[in-house]
Order: sequence, then C-alpha cells, then structure tokens
Amino acid sequence: MAARRKITLDRRKVVGQLLKDRGDLLLVTGLGAPTWDAAAVGDHPNNFYLWGGMGGAVLTGLGLALAQPKRRVLVMTGDGEMLMGVGGLATVAVQKPSNLAICIIDNQRYGETGMQETHTAHGVDLPAMAAGAGFQTALTVYTAKELSAAIPVLHSQPGPVFIDIKVTDSPQSMTLPPRDGPTLKHRFRENLLGQI
Amino acid sequence: MVSKKSKSWHWSQDVHQLFKKIGIKQIAYVPDGGLARLIERVQADKSMRSVVLTTEEEGVAQMAGAWLGGQRGVLLTQSGGVGNCINMLSMMQECRIPLLSLVSMRGEWGEQYPWQVPMGQSTIPALEAAKVIVHHVDQAEKVPETVEAAAKLAFDANRAVAVVLSQRIAGSGGQG
Ligand SMILES: Cc1ncc(C[n+]2csc(CCOP(=O)(O)OP(=O)(O)O)c2C)c(N)n1
Ligand SMILES: [Mg+2]
Repeated sequence: MAARRKITLDRRKVVGQLLKDRGDLLLVTGLGAPTWDAAAVGDHPNNFYLWGGMGGAVLTGLGLALAQPKRRVLVMTGDGEMLMGVGGLATVAVQKPSNLAICIIDNQRYGETGMQETHTAHGVDLPAMAAGAGFQTALTVYTAKELSAAIPVLHSQPGPVFIDIKVTDSPQSMTLPPRDGPTLKHRFRENLLGQI
Repeated sequence: MVSKKSKSWHWSQDVHQLFKKIGIKQIAYVPDGGLARLIERVQADKSMRSVVLTTEEEGVAQMAGAWLGGQRGVLLTQSGGVGNCINMLSMMQECRIPLLSLVSMRGEWGEQYPWQVPMGQSTIPALEAAKVIVHHVDQAEKVPETVEAAAKLAFDANRAVAVVLSQRIAGSGGQG
C-alpha cells in the first residue's frame, strides 16, 4: 500500500503540461475524463480517444507501439480504466516495448459515473503493480516538481515506463472531441500512414 | 511443405504460411490445446511478434492498436476466451476496425469435460450478438481456405471475423 501524501495537482494543468511539447507523439486515451482532458488541451489527429472498451487503453497502446517502433506512444488513462485492464501491465512488461509510456491520471475516483472511490483511494498502488510486473520505471507523482521530472521520462526514457499522477477530484468542464469511431480511426491512420 | 494428403500434414502449417503471405505481424493469444501447434509455429517465426495475453480481451484491444499503426494481427483464442472479449469487441464494431480471430472450440463435438459446455455452447451466439462474422469449419483440410477468406473479409472489407474451429478438428482436448 502506498504512503498517503497530500494531493494538489489539477488534472487539466497536468495534461496541458504533458502535451505542450508533444512533437510527433501518438496518444491513446482511456474513456472518460482523460479523453476530455486531451481534447481540452488541444484535439489532434495523432490522438486516438477510446469512448468505450474500458480496460483496453494499455493494450491498444501496445499494439500501436509494436506496429510503430520508431514513434513514441503514450497511453493516458484513468485509474478506474487501468484497474479494469491491470493484467495488461504484465503483458506489456513481457513485451518490453521501448517506445511505450503509460500515464495514469489518478483522481482515485470513477469520475464519469459519479466520483465513486476506486481502489487507489484505498491504497492500491498501481506503480507497485507495474514494478511487480517488471516495469523498470514505475513512479508516483504528487507535486509540480515531481511532475516536471516525470514529463521527460514519459516522452523519451526507454520504455516501457509507468507514471501515476495523483490529481485532485475537482470537477472540470467537459470538452468533447469527435466520438464517431470510423472518423477517429480514419483521421489517425490517414495522418500516420497516409491511407485510411 | 507436406501435402494435405500426407499423414503428417497439419492445418497449422498452411495457416502459418498464409499468415506470412498476407503480412500478419502480431499474433496474440492465451494458449489452448487446439491451437498449440499453430502457436509453436508462429512463436518460432521471427517475422511476426507473438504476444501472450493474460486475458483474451487484451488481444482485441491490441489488434485495434496494431491496425491503427498499420499492421495486421490475429487473435488466437479458445471458445472460453470469447466470453472474455465481448465488451472489447464493441470497439471493433464501432470503429470498423478489422479483426481476424481463430477460435478453437470446446464444449461441443464429443466433449467430456462438463465445465466447457456452457461457454462452448454460447460461443457462436455470443460472437454473433457482438456482430462478429462467424465462419465455422469442421474439417481440417478446409481450415486454410477458410482463414484466407476470413482474412479478406477482415482486412479488405473492414470486418470482425472469427474462424471457429470445431472440436472435431482439434480433438476433445484435455481437462482445460
Ligand atoms: C465495462 C464498463 N464498466 C463500467 C463502465 C462505466 N464507466 C464509464 S467511465 C467509468 C469510470 C472511469 O474512471 P477512470 O478511468 O478513473 O476515469 P476518470 O473519469 O476518473 O478520470 C466507468 C466505471 C463502462 N463504460 N464500461
Ligand atoms: Mg479516475
């Protein structure tokens, strides 16, 4: 169980900072608020938003990272979504994709469904689970200073890396990116591969 | 290659060659006895990446990511694993992402292990309810051509397709 520290980071500011200098990053977001965060700081054709398939963000990122070994792939998802597919950490750790980073926007809540507590609110330590699976880098971020140190890790340290960012559960406005599945798929593939 | 008429011929060798021919690069699976020989072949092939999953739904999501990144993959699963995939299949349907899957049946032809029967009997209805197109095969010689047809439907017509291999082909299996 993780040591409890005070949570102060604001998720929108965190995501803004994380994606500010994104370069040619490919981003997969988990359903719910991480998708809105990514859209709020700037919709992008290199973003693939999951609007369903809860538990599938990390493995979508793995399939993409294996297919595009020269590109950095970031999976940004919620604590609830990660918990549903937590076995995927073992699958990723065995594959050791050096271009894959996983970032949890951990508000310790199931945000979209009414802010019910997730397991992480009760001390379940996702980075410890990732480390147990075999991730060499698995960290928890609580402060602005730790965040500044974590951002280059997410963008460029050889993966797979796992960073859990503790954020407050204060409500945020909803910014809705496109949600039609074929539209999201087509624009992502067209931008990346030049074909749909 | 051993001819189909030979006693030592096994469908997995033709299916493996087909995978190479159509450019399959990612193979995801939870092992099953009925797929073991195919798994051995693809694992030994360095031109494709074998990914062992903790649960089959991971493989559905992985195939979505592979397609987004421009690669073709295949999900290998026992019929029991189909039950683990249902919600994730919604991503393939909603986004019209191709899915090629080989499903080895249990709980069907000559099954002696009672715990396989419920999911085995639900497998095809569950796939169809999830809008996955099902090609059922019950003769080993027809497996390669069926997989080839399914691959066209998947990758050229953007559909989720499952080739369901009857237990008649694989044998009644062990306890699992
Ligand atoms: C299989 C499944 N179960 C439950 C839900 C309902 N649901 C939608 S979003 C969500 C919570 C997501 O929580 P988290 O990943 O922590 O994201 P947050 O909104 O808190 O950032 C849940 C439980 C769902 N969409 N799919
Ligand atoms: Mg949450």
